[in-house]
Amino acid sequence: MRIAVIAFVLSLGLAGAAVAQEGAKLEPANNNIANVGSLQRGAKYFVNYCLGCHSAKYVRYNRMAQDLQITEKQLVENLMFTGERPFDTMANAMRPEDSVRWFGRSPPDLSLMARARGADYIYTFLHGFYAAPNRPTGVDNIVLPGTAMPHVLWKLQGVQHAKFVTDAEHGGAQVFEGFESVRAGDLSAEEYDNVVRDIVNFLDYIGEPIKMQRQQLGIRVIGFLLVFLLIAYMLKREIWKDVH
Amino acid sequence: MASSEADVLDRLGSGLRALGAWIDDRFPMTKLIKEHATEYYASKNFNIWYGFGVIATFVLVLQLVTGIFLTMNYKPAAADAFASVEYIMRDVNWGWLIRYLHSTGASAFFIVVYLHMFRGLLYGSYKKPRELVWIIGMFIYLCLMAEAFFGYLLPWGNMSYWGAQVIVSLFGAIPVIGNGLSEWIRGDFFISDITLNRFFAFHVIAVPLMLVLLVVVHIMALHEVGSNNPDGIDIKEHKGPDGRPIDGVAFHPYHTSKDLVIIIAFLIAFAAVVFFAPDMGGYFLEHANFEPAQPLQTPPEIAPVWYFTPFYAMLRAVPNKLAGVVLMGAAVLLPFFLPWLDRCRVKSIRYRGTVYKVALMVFAVSFIGLGYCGLQKPTATIYLFCRIFAILYFAFFVLMPFYSRHERTKPVPTRVTP
Repeated sequence: MRIAVIAFVLSLGLAGAAVAQEGAKLEPANNNIANVGSLQRGAKYFVNYCLGCHSAKYVRYNRMAQDLQITEKQLVENLMFTGERPFDTMANAMRPEDSVRWFGRSPPDLSLMARARGADYIYTFLHGFYAAPNRPTGVDNIVLPGTAMPHVLWKLQGVQHAKFVTDAEHGGAQVFEGFESVRAGDLSAEEYDNVVRDIVNFLDYIGEPIKMQRQQLGIRVIGFLLVFLLIAYMLKREIWKDVH
Repeated sequence: MASSEADVLDRLGSGLRALGAWIDDRFPMTKLIKEHATEYYASKNFNIWYGFGVIATFVLVLQLVTGIFLTMNYKPAAADAFASVEYIMRDVNWGWLIRYLHSTGASAFFIVVYLHMFRGLLYGSYKKPRELVWIIGMFIYLCLMAEAFFGYLLPWGNMSYWGAQVIVSLFGAIPVIGNGLSEWIRGDFFISDITLNRFFAFHVIAVPLMLVLLVVVHIMALHEVGSNNPDGIDIKEHKGPDGRPIDGVAFHPYHTSKDLVIIIAFLIAFAAVVFFAPDMGGYFLEHANFEPAQPLQTPPEIAPVWYFTPFYAMLRAVPNKLAGVVLMGAAVLLPFFLPWLDRCRVKSIRYRGTVYKVALMVFAVSFIGLGYCGLQKPTATIYLFCRIFAILYFAFFVLMPFYSRHERTKPVPTRVTP
């Protein structure tokens, strides 16, 4: 019986380890959705750099503003560029048939990207563009090779090359070694890293806007249940005291 | 003053008694309460393994109630389903909580039911006179699997879509009628709006109705013969002068007060998942299911949700699809025959021979091992382990009539031990 329990716990641990290994090549985003300043900057970068092509069609502007501690006036003046109203969701003006013609596919909606792929994935992806003259967009991505997405943030980051080494032991496979900056952007590497982290943080937030409140409520719920458990246990002891 | 208050309470009390008598003349209310609660005696030495039945009942109610509220906002149409789930998660007041309770409840249901069934194996709860309790329980388990399968399509995520596609296509492996059968299930040539609509109907009406009915029958059958206990002995053999089993205590208030503690303890663990890890690292809510269904693009890996993976691994254990499907079916059906496969007269593992203890441990490890293998990317090693565990799983049942017949058991006490 105890062996079975131990085996069960061990197998859960093994399963967890196997999953962790899979994503080993992704860089940790280390973002924090409790950092409202970061979320506000992320919202700014998002509407300026991402929303032109990508939508976030499940995210309501005014709810986002409320969560990010932005007034409706600030929202309308700084984050809304189209004719939408504050209670609308973050759609975009690009027609799917146009985007398919321009990029080969429609840019995916980003509402749930952080939940589907993880914050680390987006973080590494936005760091992973490198010059590839043979691609139609002039860039390729180390995380998603052959991506249709151009490097929208190139002016901020600059241009980088990817260094590959040939792995003779494994049949001459090309192994990625690292990036090498060939042209500086408007931002330093550290500043660019912060911009990416803010965007990732914002995407993490819109993936599940309730996350912060959920965890805060969870502490109170479990606290209540612990008190309830104690009272219920005392009741049980009282009722059972004549059973021997 | 005091006397008039007492007077009011007195009159209220006699009024309620009169109402009770009026009902009892027309409906067996008091009789039912006595038979199933205040005068239903169960052993006083239940351990933690005996808590999972009441937890399972609690989770069933939780799923029914949260499910009702989800249907108020969910739209069972291919074009709207995914968006309506996000609407529930973002725009419906407390919708996120209702949905997480329901999604976590699905996994919790299986964890609890697996432990509940394992309790049966530990203490021989399937043996005479509880064969029907066990068989009805197995039907509940089948219903639960159907319920989970139908419900899993409803969010219309990409994993929902392809998971359903894979499972329905298993029926296609059946010779002659296979393709027609899977078409009949889908109502279409592929998983489509039509499939979603009928799965919704099964998930919210047909299967829950059967599930509730079976649970009622399960409890009725149990109360007819009485609950087993960790010693596997009949408490009704030793009755006091009042005619009550000496080692039993009334279900209410004794076991109900204990069950309340058990349910709250369960809820603490449950709340920890709901509020802090509702997707459980991709096991309870799979990452690929946060992308809408794409009929032309599969997720990187198609794997069923964790509670189906032990059987999914059986499918992997054999290279032939039909043989795999037959093996899966046999794996689910074999436990039905447990009451007759087990030839040992002793019920509880406490007094059974080493051979059964070892067999049960091997079975538990092989079941968990199969579940683990079903979650992994298929490699040669995984296939090998799928086979080893599948053989051990079947050996537990198929060899049981032989190894359980001449078991060297310990003497069974006549009264329950503390």
